[in-house]
Amino acid sequence: MRTVGIRVTADRERCIGAGLCVLTAPTVFEHDDTEGLVSIVDEDPPPEDARDLKLAQELCPARAIRIEPNTAV
Amino acid sequence: MSSALADAADAPSFPERRTCPYHPPESYKQIGARGPLNKVTLWNGRRVWLITGYELARTLLTDTRLSADRTRQEYPTMAPHLEAQAARKLVLVGEDPPLHDKHRRLLNPEFSLKRARVLQPDIQRIIDELVDNILAIGPGADLVPEYAMPIPSRVMSALLGVPYEDHDFFQAATAGVMQARDQAQSQAAGTELAQYLGKLVDAEVRRPSDGIVGRLTEHVRSGELTQDELAQLTMVLMIAGLETTSSMIPLGVITLLEHPEQLAEFTSGEVPVPTAVEELLRFLAVTDFGAVRWITGDIELGPEYGDEVIRTGDGIVVSSTMANRDPGVHHDPHEFDISRGNRQHLTFGYGIHQCLGQNLARLQLEIAYRTLFARIPTLRLGIASEDIRMRTNGTMQGVERLPVEW
Repeated sequence: MRTVGIRVTADRERCIGAGLCVLTAPTVFEHDDTEGLVSIVDEDPPPEDARDLKLAQELCPARAIRIEPNTAV
Repeated sequence: MSSALADAADAPSFPERRTCPYHPPESYKQIGARGPLNKVTLWNGRRVWLITGYELARTLLTDTRLSADRTRQEYPTMAPHLEAQAARKLVLVGEDPPLHDKHRRLLNPEFSLKRARVLQPDIQRIIDELVDNILAIGPGADLVPEYAMPIPSRVMSALLGVPYEDHDFFQAATAGVMQARDQAQSQAAGTELAQYLGKLVDAEVRRPSDGIVGRLTEHVRSGELTQDELAQLTMVLMIAGLETTSSMIPLGVITLLEHPEQLAEFTSGEVPVPTAVEELLRFLAVTDFGAVRWITGDIELGPEYGDEVIRTGDGIVVSSTMANRDPGVHHDPHEFDISRGNRQHLTFGYGIHQCLGQNLARLQLEIAYRTLFARIPTLRLGIASEDIRMRTNGTMQGVERLPVEW
């Protein structure tokens, strides 16, 4: 297995709609219109987004963001 | 109360008033220098934990053993007037899950980043009208009543669907609850506000208007919310939305005027407005303490915190003023650096109670500072900076008056 990128997931049950992820990594996260909660627009973002994603994860007040290496065989 | 707290030989008094609009009192720096976890004494003699470290604050504020329930006697009251029932029984901010989550979820769609951005032209129009008025009465004005107070008041009235004619009443009543001199005054203001909102919600339930209160009446009809809960939610939105933003606007103006080289980078566009606002939020920490909680189950901290145990029933206060100046997070933390643009601050709190209106607050601040300095480029303080007086009532950091000239 080798790492080919990043996989981002967000837990909408935990999300409180603060929006810090959307401010920090706008190409990956957005708020949906109906519930005002996180939705992921790019589940497989490029490696150069890694720093912003880590910061978005850290800033999330509800600890709703998960970042994992995207592994492929 | 735990023995570790009760036996504390040295627990300095907290909070202390700022004398400078932006620098923390010397006593805060001394407390912060001792480490991230400290014992302090409140106005009523109670000892509580004061958190001054950013990481420890974030760890604790996401711990489910912390409760925000203000009706419990374990909840630390930060000033005499906050003992009043009107300040103790607050929906949303004073609730724990699952009730908190239910109420927050009803409000989230109304305060998303997208929704705030849709309001941009309306907020710009409100702020432009206020600058028109200031220029008309000039060449001098007090920015507190002419700018800082009406901005959130008009924005929140429009957003909630509250008649703007009533904004004087709202300003006075919300300030009455949060800045009262004593418990009786706070309670009286709270009762008056609750009566007004009760009537307002009643009218909205019968004939919903196009605002947040009108839209939320849908949940009253479906039985998810009682009419009383909706009135209380409206009150909390008003209290949370008015005093914070109206206190923050003048502090930011003063900070920018007192750092003319950095102000020039702001007005020239060299530093993006959102970047500057984020540093103002960090540096000014307008709420001073970002969270007050009590503990529902012992929390054992690791060796990095001296293996200290925070006991059931203990109170915790997070100093956003000091956590925002954690030297482990920010280089030269006591310096205002307009291009820092770092969101690692606790001005909006942290955890499930983090400010619902933060996107709206950022937007109002961005437009307020940008418009003021763009339209009145020669703006300067109308009094010597050492004559600026900090407000002495309430727990929010703010100035009584902000005379300016141009």
